[in-house]
Amino acid sequence: MTTNHAFTRRSLIKHGLLMASASVAIPAFLDRSALAMGAMLGDLSSVPGVPDERVLVVVQLSGGNDGLNTVVPIFSPEYYRMRQGIAVSEKDAISLDKKQGIGLHPGLAGVKDLYDQGLMALVQGVGYPNPNRSHFKSMDIWHTADTTATGNGWLGRYFDSECCGEGKGESGTAEVDTKAGPPGIAIGRTAPLAMEGGVIKPVAFEDPSLFRWSARDMDKGLASAYDELNRREEIINGAAPAAKKQTNAEFLVRTSLDAQVSSDLIRKAVANKPATNFPTTDLGRQLSMVASMIKAGLKTRVYYTSFGSFDTHAGQGGTNGRHAQLLRQFGDAMKAFYTELKAQGNDQRVMTMSFSEFGRRVGQNASQGTDHGTAAPMMLFGPMVRGGVLNEHPSMRDLDDGDLRFTTDFRGVYAGVLNQWLKADATKVLDGKFKALDVLKG
Amino acid sequence: MQDTPASVAVNRKDDKDDSQITPSLLPLRREDFGYAQARHLLWRAGFGGTDAQINKLVSWGPEKSVDTLLGFTESGKPGGAGAFDPISPDRFDKDIMRPLTEDERREQRRAQQAQDEDTLAKFREARQERERMDRGQIAEMQKWWLTRMIETRHPMEEKLTLFWHGHFATNYRTIENSYHMFMQNQLFRTHAAGNFGELLAGIIRDPAMIAYLDNNDSRKGRANENLAREIMELFALGLGNYSEDDIKEGARALTGYTFEDDAFVFQRTNHDNSEKSILGQRGTWDGDDFVKIILSKKACARYIMRRMYHYLVADVPPDERGGDRNLDPAQQKVVRDLGDMLFSRKYDLKPVLRRLLVSNHFYSDAIMGQQIKSPVQLVVGAVRSLNTPVRDLSILNDALDLMGQRIFLPPSVKGWDGGRTWINTSTLFVRQNIMAFLIAGKKPQGFDPSANTERFNTDALFAGVSEDSLVAKREPAAVAMHLLKLTLGNAPDHGVAALQEFMQSRKNKVDQETVIGCLLLITAMPEYQLC
Repeated sequence: MTTNHAFTRRSLIKHGLLMASASVAIPAFLDRSALAMGAMLGDLSSVPGVPDERVLVVVQLSGGNDGLNTVVPIFSPEYYRMRQGIAVSEKDAISLDKKQGIGLHPGLAGVKDLYDQGLMALVQGVGYPNPNRSHFKSMDIWHTADTTATGNGWLGRYFDSECCGEGKGESGTAEVDTKAGPPGIAIGRTAPLAMEGGVIKPVAFEDPSLFRWSARDMDKGLASAYDELNRREEIINGAAPAAKKQTNAEFLVRTSLDAQVSSDLIRKAVANKPATNFPTTDLGRQLSMVASMIKAGLKTRVYYTSFGSFDTHAGQGGTNGRHAQLLRQFGDAMKAFYTELKAQGNDQRVMTMSFSEFGRRVGQNASQGTDHGTAAPMMLFGPMVRGGVLNEHPSMRDLDDGDLRFTTDFRGVYAGVLNQWLKADATKVLDGKFKALDVLKG
Repeated sequence: MQDTPASVAVNRKDDKDDSQITPSLLPLRREDFGYAQARHLLWRAGFGGTDAQINKLVSWGPEKSVDTLLGFTESGKPGGAGAFDPISPDRFDKDIMRPLTEDERREQRRAQQAQDEDTLAKFREARQERERMDRGQIAEMQKWWLTRMIETRHPMEEKLTLFWHGHFATNYRTIENSYHMFMQNQLFRTHAAGNFGELLAGIIRDPAMIAYLDNNDSRKGRANENLAREIMELFALGLGNYSEDDIKEGARALTGYTFEDDAFVFQRTNHDNSEKSILGQRGTWDGDDFVKIILSKKACARYIMRRMYHYLVADVPPDERGGDRNLDPAQQKVVRDLGDMLFSRKYDLKPVLRRLLVSNHFYSDAIMGQQIKSPVQLVVGAVRSLNTPVRDLSILNDALDLMGQRIFLPPSVKGWDGGRTWINTSTLFVRQNIMAFLIAGKKPQGFDPSANTERFNTDALFAGVSEDSLVAKREPAAVAMHLLKLTLGNAPDHGVAALQEFMQSRKNKVDQETVIGCLLLITAMPEYQLC
């Protein structure tokens, strides 16, 4: 394949193709090969080797979500005995599975709707051996998929492994032949460790209006001179040398152009608000932006969102109160997200996975709250997931020093998502064999 | 201890005289040390300098300039005469994370046995409260060090302290003891350009490192290999210069090296006193012998120079073994010669650093202006070289986090990879925007909306300009050239053109606002990320 140099980035920008195309790649990966050009111009419907441009959205519940008040063990007298101030009564809980005796917190009505449509899988009792109760450490364990909390992020390693093999890429500038598409997008001030690869680094922004040069609006003269400096003709019109052969100066000029075009692309995508009304909550706002980016045809395959704080040490509430509000925020945003994706016709392409760094102790504390605990449920969403309740609820009697014993290793869930949904080699990405949970419909 | 390991043989043959040394390591001629060279030296051996400082160094020539920059080992001893901001041990609270007292421990044990949940909850809450306070203290330490780097009269001391922090990377989050991080920082500062052997001997006694690499859990019969492994792989030798058995034996030598509260303790009963064989030397070695044996290998000196070369000279990361195979042959020769010199000088860093910083090689075209600034270099360098207001240390610190360099929280035991890994589309905007914040008080990405309104007086940028020059007359093209040379070291055509275009949009009225606009543009240029 030869590169069509006549079709430079600048001419694409000038002709508006970059913005108008329905299947646009993030610009770092444009014009490096004819493949990219083709993909961008729409004569390839997907990246070869990857089924149907599948997308994974991660929702992180930061702070340690109380799993026992999320999925309520109605069956358990111990639950009601140990949580006399904050338990959700059988009457208030939304019955989920009569046989297992479990129900959802009433704040999760939105989640129940999705469950009833077969769009939600509840994975029970997810944790890992020798649980760590530090927020930081346990979060790092979930992000690295490593109980020593070391190494790159698991999604970063996924991008690395799909991208270019050991040492072939350059950090911050993925090559176009990645099967995982352009780097993932994280909404937040910093990219989560989970998305940090050794080679591929995610794009992160909190507010799209700030994902740009902040001095731009100070003066019109500044904006145009800035564009002249950061969208430099010489590299736009020339063939880019391979990343390895670039000098640092060339690398910076190129990355700077990439940043400008990414910024245009993302801000333009996000400015086009979805037709569905999203709740005006933190997560609602984030998932609304993700829906916009999916709608705009970005080739991004992994989006990362997070909200909280679920660290309810005091005054957590039961059926109502602080924790209930957080759950309602989650359920309502998820409902709106899949309503929108369905309206777009993109719902079949998008799986969502939620997790928290740990659950909370079985017994409430003296402040009508709960302290850091262990296992908790994860949720998977989308028409492709094996809807229903997966695995067993942890025993409420056989506790480990007042904590639940996990029934599902979280890396088994990751392995299922990687193997079955993203068609990646989970053993390689997770650096070990974990029994993959069957996450997809049979 | 009956044995002593073969010590470092002093071999003056390795300390080549000038006739034997590679010409690129000969000193730069004084007449070749101009504005660009002095500016380069200030950026690499520190965090950049003002116009006046650059001109001062030009008048001194390379050797006096380097001697002055390296002079902190005499003038800047912590707490010593002439020290900037003398550091006293009680600057920070050392007791926040102190261990429980004997009484407290007894009470806790009783509560555990009696299943006294209320008391145990109190202990838990007290612990959480102390952890919260300690996180506050580490944030204060980050600001303290940042201030030190911005204000010090001995920038190279801080620059090298930062090097050692990245080299012996220890993460606060893992050890959760801010005072230990402070003590470690003092260890690095004390030996910044001192003796590497002493520093390495200090590291195996450093509570922060001992906790970080689990040596406090290492005892006879079940040695923890973490510290021995990282010393060999990352701190002193590099892959390929030792075997897995050397790690196992080294770990046994390090058993019993632990700490209590804030002090190193050698626990004789936990130490494995039997015979070990490390790097071919046999004896009943302890941790200090382990260090001495490593230092007796020339590979150690070369490895350290390779790491320092990456930090101070060229953005070519060490190869996967930590070695020099990624360098071109001329660079390899430089690193090897310097490593051999470090070895023959028994690991005294100062003469070797002096040799490097005055050398022709250090000022060659392939080196000057080719390094990507670390986030700290970018922020501290802008304040120091442009004299911008500091504005808000918390915001600067947050920006360092967003740009990937949280001081006291390096990402792993490998430290920061540096170079191009600093740059991606997200961090590039943060870099541009934190400069806009320093220069114009314009809030950067994601920060508190209350922008800082302190005015940046740009007059100092023109202090050295002669009165009848075009710059003094604020002639646009001349001002553009002047500002570009000061900030980038040169004035590329596209930069001059863009600045002139901007000045034209302001009707060529070159007032303070215009100068600020020019600086905003320059610091947003891709080239500004280089030094």
